[in-house]
Amino acid sequence: MTDASAADTRPKGALARLLQRKLALFGLVLIAAITGSALLAPWIAPFAPEAQMFDGLTIEGAPLPPGGAYLWGTDLLGRDLFSRMLYGARTSLIIGVVANGLALLIGTLVGLTAGYFQGWIGSVLMRFTDLMMAFPALLLAICLAAIFQPSLWIVALVIALVNWVQTARVIYTETTALSQREFIAAERTLGAGTGRILFRHILPHLLPTIIVWGTLGISTTVLLEATLSFLGVGVQPPTPSWGNIIFENQTYFQSAPWLVFIPGAAILLLALAFNLVGDALRDVLDPMQRGRV
Amino acid sequence: MPAYLLRRLIQSALILLGVSFITFFLLYILPADPVRQIAGRSATPQTVENIRQQLGLDQPFVVQYWRYLSGLVQGDMGRSYLQKTEVAELIASRLPATLLLMVAAIFCELLLGVTMGIVAALTRGRLADQALMIGSFLAVSAPQFVVSLLLLYVFAVKLGWFPIGGYGTFAHLVLPALTLGLLGSGWYSRMMRSSMIDVLRADYIRTARAKGLGRSRVVLRHALPNAILPVIAMIGIDIGVFMGGIVVVESVFGWPGIGQLAWQAIQRVDIPIIMGVTLVSACAIVLGNLLADLITPLIDPRIKLR
Repeated sequence: MTDASAADTRPKGALARLLQRKLALFGLVLIAAITGSALLAPWIAPFAPEAQMFDGLTIEGAPLPPGGAYLWGTDLLGRDLFSRMLYGARTSLIIGVVANGLALLIGTLVGLTAGYFQGWIGSVLMRFTDLMMAFPALLLAICLAAIFQPSLWIVALVIALVNWVQTARVIYTETTALSQREFIAAERTLGAGTGRILFRHILPHLLPTIIVWGTLGISTTVLLEATLSFLGVGVQPPTPSWGNIIFENQTYFQSAPWLVFIPGAAILLLALAFNLVGDALRDVLDPMQRGRV
Repeated sequence: MPAYLLRRLIQSALILLGVSFITFFLLYILPADPVRQIAGRSATPQTVENIRQQLGLDQPFVVQYWRYLSGLVQGDMGRSYLQKTEVAELIASRLPATLLLMVAAIFCELLLGVTMGIVAALTRGRLADQALMIGSFLAVSAPQFVVSLLLLYVFAVKLGWFPIGGYGTFAHLVLPALTLGLLGSGWYSRMMRSSMIDVLRADYIRTARAKGLGRSRVVLRHALPNAILPVIAMIGIDIGVFMGGIVVVESVFGWPGIGQLAWQAIQRVDIPIIMGVTLVSACAIVLGNLLADLITPLIDPRIKLR
């Protein structure tokens, strides 16, 4: 949002500038809290996530509301929702990091190669990227996930396969511009090899972009995983994921809304946190983009 | 311009050809066997083999793809494996519902996004601006299935203002359109805000104010038409996001469009329908991008299409 330190002209590190932004700080705290509870799940969780409690359902067989012995109530099988949420955070974060890391890697490699070599390699890669842009990504992901018996890693792979395109385009544009700069020409004249130029001279200049897209991308990935799991083609029960908790319990959503809205709020907060941090990072790391969308 | 348009149309056709090839290939190598789905569990191996031959699924990949493609250029998208109906007919019967939803959703996102963006730009740096921008972050971070369930719970179950799902009247349209529009409104409001801030700095706005025109007249008649152009151009690019959203939203609300059709087909491995919907969506995306590019020079005459 507004830069409180507009008058303060002392040069500061990116981290310091990031921490000055309240929203980014809020995002970081959220990420830390969710990551913390995911890591500590075995110690914090009052019950095993898959354990069906003897007293976890009412006499009529309905889930228990929040409060009482079970902090956030129980789900349709009488399992403790709070414990499942803690373990579900692991799924979201693992997929967020793995799928997004993979997408970032593919996108960077494609963009870097196409942008530096141009020529027919560049044409082929970028035409392929255009082609991927025309794919209805979610439809493709649902289709792939539905037909491959989905596991955590398949879901991560599917998400990576549909999500690298944006990164590739941004990296391509930047690499194209960088390759024409004098310092790269100078390196070439000095006899530096292609690998050296790409990874020692061009890649470091791309790092801010990669960091920004990497952070914003986690938010997209988390939402995509939740959507796939909600449709029942993502991470499969009994492994808890915030999306499949909603998938399993949605038939109860009129009588037991907490089973839908607690995981829903968690997904929203995690995606929000990465969006806030990513947006602030863009302002901090990329002054040219400041104030743009 | 005609040369540019022609080249873009050829490019678009090539992209669609690529999409059809990749989708067909992916569906071909998938481990799920559509013949088993059609034949049922109790079918004898002989029946399974017969069905496979009837559908031409025993042929090599290249032959199958060539058959599909030559049908496609004649407007034949094949028959649904399970419903035995022409895919083109199925899609044509569902398309109006999806288009209606699309128009309503675009209306929602423009109305919400543009209004939020203008208010934020006018109150820049103040509380309203910050609240609206946090709101826009929430809108883009909210999973659409949670938003649809939340809207259903509040406005259909608790308040009873709208039906729980279905199709037919205006009341059925409101909640799904709002769900789809909310995501876009988040992006549009941020875009509108920055575009509006740029425009409000322009000399001609100062001139208009100096002439003694009222603030609301300057904003609505002088600044808005220019500030809104980048947002309009975004709609074309947004079609891809929309095409993803309909699968979820149509399923939750029981909206009989192509998103629901695709979701049902995926569950039953009804490959011709999956192919058809993917191609129609890709067409919409390519067309949207083309329109967005064609609008660009109208927004900024310095940009020439080449």
